[in-house]
Amino acid sequence: MSRTTQWEVVIGLETHAQLQTKSKIFSGSSIAFGAAPNVQASAVDIALPGVLPVLNREAVVCAIKFGLAVGATIAPRSVFARKNYFYPDLPKGYQISQFEIPVVLGGGLAITVGAGDTATEKFVHLTRAHLEEDAGKSLHEDFHGRTGIDLNRAGTPLLEIVTEPDMRSSAEAVAYAKALHALVQWIGICDGNMQEGSFRCDANVSVRPMGQKEFGTRREIKNLNSFRFMQQAIDFEVHWQINEIEEGRAIQQATVLFDPDTGETRSMRSKEDAHDYRYFPDPDLLPLEIRPEWIAEVKSGMPELPQAMQARFQADYGLSAYDAASLVASRPMADFFVAAVAEAGAANAKTIANWIMGELAARLNKTDLPVEASPITAVQLAGLIRRIADNTISNNIAKKVFEAMWNGEGGSNNNAADQIIEKQGLKQITDTAAIEALVDEVLAANQKSIEEYRAGKEKAFNALVGQAMKATKGKANPQQVTDLLKKKLGA
Amino acid sequence: MSDLISSSLRELSAALAAKKVSAVELAAVFLDRIEKLNPTLNAFIALDRAKTLAQAQAADEKRRVDAGATANSPLCGIPLAHKDIFCTRGWRTSCGSQMLANFVSPYDANVVEKLTGAGMVTLGKLNMDEFAMGSSNETSYFGPVKNPWDVSRVPGGSSGGSAAAVAARLTPAATGTDTGGSIRQPAALCGLTGLKPTYGVVSRYGMIAFASSLDQGGPMAKSADDCALLLNAMAGFDPRDSTSLERPAEDYTRDLEKPLAGLKIGLPKEFFGDGMDADVRAAVDAALAEYRKLGATTVEVRLPNSGLSVPAYYVIAPAEASSNLSRFDGVRYGHRAPEYDDLTEMYSRSRAQGFGAEVKRRILIGTYVLSHGYYDAYYLKAQKIRRLIAADFVEAFKQCDVIMGPTSPSVAFAFGAKSADPVQMYLSDIYTISTNLAGLPGMSLPCGFGNNNMPVGLQIIGNWFGEAKMLSVAHQYQKATDWHTRMPEGVK
Repeated sequence: MSRTTQWEVVIGLETHAQLQTKSKIFSGSSIAFGAAPNVQASAVDIALPGVLPVLNREAVVCAIKFGLAVGATIAPRSVFARKNYFYPDLPKGYQISQFEIPVVLGGGLAITVGAGDTATEKFVHLTRAHLEEDAGKSLHEDFHGRTGIDLNRAGTPLLEIVTEPDMRSSAEAVAYAKALHALVQWIGICDGNMQEGSFRCDANVSVRPMGQKEFGTRREIKNLNSFRFMQQAIDFEVHWQINEIEEGRAIQQATVLFDPDTGETRSMRSKEDAHDYRYFPDPDLLPLEIRPEWIAEVKSGMPELPQAMQARFQADYGLSAYDAASLVASRPMADFFVAAVAEAGAANAKTIANWIMGELAARLNKTDLPVEASPITAVQLAGLIRRIADNTISNNIAKKVFEAMWNGEGGSNNNAADQIIEKQGLKQITDTAAIEALVDEVLAANQKSIEEYRAGKEKAFNALVGQAMKATKGKANPQQVTDLLKKKLGA
Repeated sequence: MSDLISSSLRELSAALAAKKVSAVELAAVFLDRIEKLNPTLNAFIALDRAKTLAQAQAADEKRRVDAGATANSPLCGIPLAHKDIFCTRGWRTSCGSQMLANFVSPYDANVVEKLTGAGMVTLGKLNMDEFAMGSSNETSYFGPVKNPWDVSRVPGGSSGGSAAAVAARLTPAATGTDTGGSIRQPAALCGLTGLKPTYGVVSRYGMIAFASSLDQGGPMAKSADDCALLLNAMAGFDPRDSTSLERPAEDYTRDLEKPLAGLKIGLPKEFFGDGMDADVRAAVDAALAEYRKLGATTVEVRLPNSGLSVPAYYVIAPAEASSNLSRFDGVRYGHRAPEYDDLTEMYSRSRAQGFGAEVKRRILIGTYVLSHGYYDAYYLKAQKIRRLIAADFVEAFKQCDVIMGPTSPSVAFAFGAKSADPVQMYLSDIYTISTNLAGLPGMSLPCGFGNNNMPVGLQIIGNWFGEAKMLSVAHQYQKATDWHTRMPEGVK
């Protein structure tokens, strides 16, 4: 390949989402994070002789929810298989997973890559999603020359979500991963905590000359537990692979690890040392049968999905596609918006959207807070917006009130905005007589501006409005001021 | 006290209820016999006199305090012993292997829980082929069990300890497990009655898995009547075993007294071919003649795929076993090699030391047939054969109520006779394996004696959930004959 070859990147992602069940997938042990080692490991989890697995129905419900959310087929019959390999944190010597017949088949996710004018839409197809159990943890640090085994995590339910090789850049891969991350939290099946390993991705990366039909040889980057690392790892890997090929070396199929310290990927094992997992149906578990009634029951308990909600926001509130999409980017954000609209009324929905995506988003970003930790509640924001709507305050004053609320003035009271307006005397002056007197004063004191305005300078008019507003510290109703000025100037 | 050792469970129950004997006295009778005879027979591999007597005392107390409850629990105070495949809390549970020679179970298997709950007193744990892999009890880490009818001969396997213990009257009854004939074949070779229930009737929870889709626990005792009483206590749905069947509780004694008139017995052509020894054939034919005398008719049936049962079994069972036995890795419990340099060496040495030759052979076979590129040719094909074998039985049962034939092609053989040739050994189960592959219930009951005065077993195969019918068919025969009451000379 010459150095002028144009390369196409091909990426498929496999994501392990830890399901938010109370207990493990095949035992009654808790799956809470952070317990002392091995206190959440029962006889089944440590694989004592004679113990047997029993499937947790809640984990299946999570899989059904996911299948419904991505428009997939939910298999009426799927099969648990044993994936056999030896490792000290794998107590049975096999992992129970689904192999030939997974519970979720097909479906996909619509993603937006980039933002603003350059944003593009894309649909990422899913191959499958299947249920499986997690392994325990090997702890190498705390035991000099020895390895500690913590089986608390062993048997934690996972949904492994596999895409088709549909993504063509690290940006697309990250956009997909973020969309999936938001979706699994949206439907309440995964807490999305990447630091605790509740949501982790493997990326299959290959490159091929642009226009070539066949895929290149892929390497799998394991255990990417942040979006930033995913981007870095894929970018490094792509560069590495292109360089290898351009240097005349063939890519060998391999599993690689990303080292965040060096920003590089390095090979963990090649295809030659790949395990033969000797998959076969687990004779301890019956095939999983999911009847249409069960699916219907799960469906009836599902929240409105982000895409449907986005369409509704556009249709009912006249929001732009971009605004509506931003509001449904996460369930807490959407919940915040919906709660504020419920309080302030649909007529104010657009103003609410603007405030959430403008002032509130800016503040949250700056302080690195998620919307659910916002110091201003949805009801408080609605209270503020109501006062803009009923002309109690102007938009500019509202920003002051917002600032005060953000800083905790008005406390957690639902009517915080009213309290601040009252306390700081920010109520808009709407008394026509008072404004008229004010306008007269301004006109008398600004003869020069009047002349300029009459000479055709529009700016001069704005200066007059500004003078009037300044005289009232912004409290005069700007519309009334404008109207009166125009009237007096015979405009 | 000597009549106690040959008493039926009903007789023991009555004696306990009438306070002719206490559970403690009864346990002591058997413990004393074990002390005397076990050094020769090697049937028991774990004994704890104090624990047993304490349990017996509790049973006496239960009978004293709550006489009404004993009516619901006729087995209260009767001793029994468990095959060492059943996890038994506080007892070493070795599965006949060095791998678990240091494993004391922290929990009870469902079967143990149920029988203990019924008030039965645990006499000890019984020797067996290592991980239930064997037909002669020669693969046990703890040495072979001797057949009480002739101590130069094998007791059969894998439940050989259970069979020898009951035959020698070291216990009134025992638990066993049957993956390819491991209850029925030793029952036949030791002259007992043993029953393997329909797959899913008895919970596998706490029963150390050999081949999960074939394993089934069941009773081994002196008569069908005893087996029925024990099965009443052992069977039932267990939510901890996903393959346990959720069905209404059954009284397996309900049909015992039903006369046999009109019974149709199917005789598979394939079970009466060249493979069977002449002495076995003679005893089986005589038993069939007795059945006709009792009003039954016989009809020839076909099980055309039964010839494939041994090869299919020796793919499926090792495949499952190779995976089931992966947990024995020396990491959390069981044998760990004293010396190793790295993880791989820890695994390979622990397992090389902990497992015996037959277990290793089956792990290797199982690993091979599940390997990439071989799975379809072996495992999948065997599963297809399995379905064909089950379909054969469906057809056969359209013509008959029960199927009969020999349990084993020969009477008990001498130690070492087959141990050098695994295939010869595997063929000992030729008549029993197809039942496991189909998930059907099967029984063996004594029907006479063959060469060297060794017991011969008659096999009854029932339709799915046909345990009550099978038990009735066996009980009616035992009312008319006395083979099941015979006791080996050497242990009298």
